[in-house]
Amino acid sequence: MANTAIGGRPARGALPVRRLLAPSSRGAALALFVARRVLWMVPVLFFVILITFTLMHLAPGSPWDKAGGRQLSASIVENLNTRYGLDKPIWQQFLLYLWNVTHFDFGLSYQYQGRTVSALLVSAWPYTATLGVLAFCVIVPAGIGLGVVAALRQNSRIDYIAMGFSTFGASVPNFVVGMLFIIVFGVMLYNITGGNYSLPVSGFGLDDHLIMPVVTLALLPTAFIARLTRASTLDILRQDYVRTAWAKGLSERLVVLKHILKNSLIPIVTALGPTFAFLVTGSVIVETVFVIPGIGRSFVEAVTSRDYPMILATTVLFSVVVAIANLVVDVLYVFIDPRVRLT
Amino acid sequence: MALPIPSAPLVQQQDWDVPEQVGLWTDVWRRFRRNRLAVAGAVIVVILVLDAVLAGLLVQIGLIQDPIKQHVELSATGPSAAHLLGTDELGRDTLSRLMFGARISLTIGILVQGIYVLIGGTIGLVAGYAGGRVDNLLMRFTDIWFAFPDLLFVLVLVSVFSPSLLSIFVAIGIVNWVGLARLVRGQVLSIKEKEFVESARAVGSSHFKIVLRHLVPNALGPIIVTLTFGIPAAIFLEAALSYIGVGIQPPTPSWGVMIQDGYQAIYAAPSQVLFPGIAIAITMLSFSFIGDGLRDALDPRMRR
Repeated sequence: MANTAIGGRPARGALPVRRLLAPSSRGAALALFVARRVLWMVPVLFFVILITFTLMHLAPGSPWDKAGGRQLSASIVENLNTRYGLDKPIWQQFLLYLWNVTHFDFGLSYQYQGRTVSALLVSAWPYTATLGVLAFCVIVPAGIGLGVVAALRQNSRIDYIAMGFSTFGASVPNFVVGMLFIIVFGVMLYNITGGNYSLPVSGFGLDDHLIMPVVTLALLPTAFIARLTRASTLDILRQDYVRTAWAKGLSERLVVLKHILKNSLIPIVTALGPTFAFLVTGSVIVETVFVIPGIGRSFVEAVTSRDYPMILATTVLFSVVVAIANLVVDVLYVFIDPRVRLT
Repeated sequence: MALPIPSAPLVQQQDWDVPEQVGLWTDVWRRFRRNRLAVAGAVIVVILVLDAVLAGLLVQIGLIQDPIKQHVELSATGPSAAHLLGTDELGRDTLSRLMFGARISLTIGILVQGIYVLIGGTIGLVAGYAGGRVDNLLMRFTDIWFAFPDLLFVLVLVSVFSPSLLSIFVAIGIVNWVGLARLVRGQVLSIKEKEFVESARAVGSSHFKIVLRHLVPNALGPIIVTLTFGIPAAIFLEAALSYIGVGIQPPTPSWGVMIQDGYQAIYAAPSQVLFPGIAIAITMLSFSFIGDGLRDALDPRMRR
C-alpha cells in the first residue's frame, strides 16, 4: 500500500501551473488535499441529485395516480401540480430544487401531505443514527479483535472459529439473520420461558430493543473487517522488522501492539469508508425487519408509495454521509501512513 | 519455410525430474479440486442449477406440487408426508416454492454478471488501455456512480420502472458494475506495460488484437473471481428487494418473497421463514466458497 495515490484524481499529468503553486510544507499540502476533496464532493452531489431527479421524472404516471382506487379529477390534479411545483418545465423544477437543497429545503412530502421532507427526516434521524453509532462501536473492536487473534494463532481452532464466523456473517443476508433472531430470541425464548422473558421484536427504545437490531446490523461489516484484519496482520507478521522485534527479545505485548497492530491497521482504516456504506444499506433492511421508524424504513415506505421528494432527499442525505465518511477516512489515512502521497 | 535446426539426438534417459507440463487451466482445476469447501460449493451449485432447470418438468410429472396452487385448509402447516417442508399461510407447498425460487435467484445472480462485464468490463478496459484524458473522464464518472449507496439506488430504479424480474436484473446490473470497472482498469494498466504487450505492439498488432489476445486473457483470473463473488451479492440484493416488497411480486415464488410471507405467520410456523432463509444462506455460501477456491487456485504465488 506504499505510495498509494489517494484522493479524487490520479497522480499523472500534473500541470505546470500546479507545480508553481506547489505547497512548501506537508501541512499546506494536507490543507490543499482536504480542500480539493471537499470541492470534489460538490460535483458528485450535483450528479447524484441530477441522476436521481431525472429518474424520478422518467417514472411513468404521476404521483397522484391511485392504484385501483377512484382517480382524482383533472382540476384537483392541476391544483396539486401547482402546489408541488410540478406544472413548471422540468429544468426549472430542477434548478429550483437545487436552490432549495442548498437551503436545506427538500420540499413537501407527497405521502404525508402537509409535512415537509426535512421535518420527516429530522424526526427519523435519531433512530438511524443511534443504530449506526452503536453498530459502529461493535464493528470496530469486534472486527479488529477477531482478525488479529485469528492471525496471531493462524490455523488454530480460534482461527477457524473466527473465520467460520466471518464467512457465515458475510454470506447470510442480514434480514435472514434478523428473522432468525426474532424466531429464536423473540418466539422460542418466549415459549420456553412461558412468556416471562423474550427480546422485543419490534419498536424502538434505548434498552433491550437495541440488542437484536444492532447485532444484526453489525454482523456483515464485522465479518468484513475481521477478514481484512486477518489478511493484513498475516502480511505484517512475515515482515523482517517483526522478526527482528521478536529476535531482540521484546515482550509479546510490545511486539503485537507496537509493531504488528499499528502497521496492520493501516489498510483497515480505508475499509471504514465502505463500512459506512454497509451501515446505510443495512439500516434500510434492519429497520424494515425490526419495524424501527428510522430513515431507512421511511425510505422504503417512500419507495413503495412513490414519494419522490422523500426518495430524493434520502438518497442525497445518505450519499452525503458516505461521501463525508470517505473524506474523513482519506484524511485519517494521511495521518496514519506517512508514506502516502498527497495528490 | 522453417530453417532446418540441427536436432540434437534425443536424450532417452534423464537424470533429473522434469516437472510435468500442465496448462494454466488444468493446474487451476487441480488446485481447485483440492479445496474441499470449494468443491462442495460447486456440487451444491450444480444441484441448484439442475433444480432450477428441471423444476417445471418435476411439477408436470407430479413429483413436486404446483408452487402457486393454494390449499387454504392447509394453512401454515409443518412438514408432512404430502408436503415435505410444510405449507405457507396460503397452503402452498414450501418445497416446491423453494425449488422454483432457485430459478429466480440463480437467474438474477448469474445474468447480472453479464451486465457487469458489459458495462464495467468495457469502461475499465477502455479507461485502462486508452489512458490520459479518456481514463480521467471515465474514472470520474465511475467515482460519481460509486457515491450512490447500492441498495438505495437499486430501490430507486426498481420503483421507477415498476418491479419485475427484468427491472430488478437491469437495476442491479446498472448499479454495481463499478467494482469490476476499477478492477479491470487496474489489471489493464499493469499488463499493458509488460514486455509481451510491447513486443506485440512492436510487430504491429492492432489495438483490437492486443486487447483481445493479450490483455483480456491475462486479466481473466481476477475478473472471474470478482464475478463469482458478485453472484452471491446479486442474489442478496434480489432477495432483499423481494423481502422489502419492491422486488419479485407474489405469487411468483422468490426466496425473499417467501421470507416476507413467512413473517406474517412467524408465530404459527417459524419454519416458513427458516427454510427460505437457509436456502439463501446455503446458495450464497456455496458461491463464496467457489470464489475463495478460484481465488486461491488462480493466484500465481500459490502455484507449485
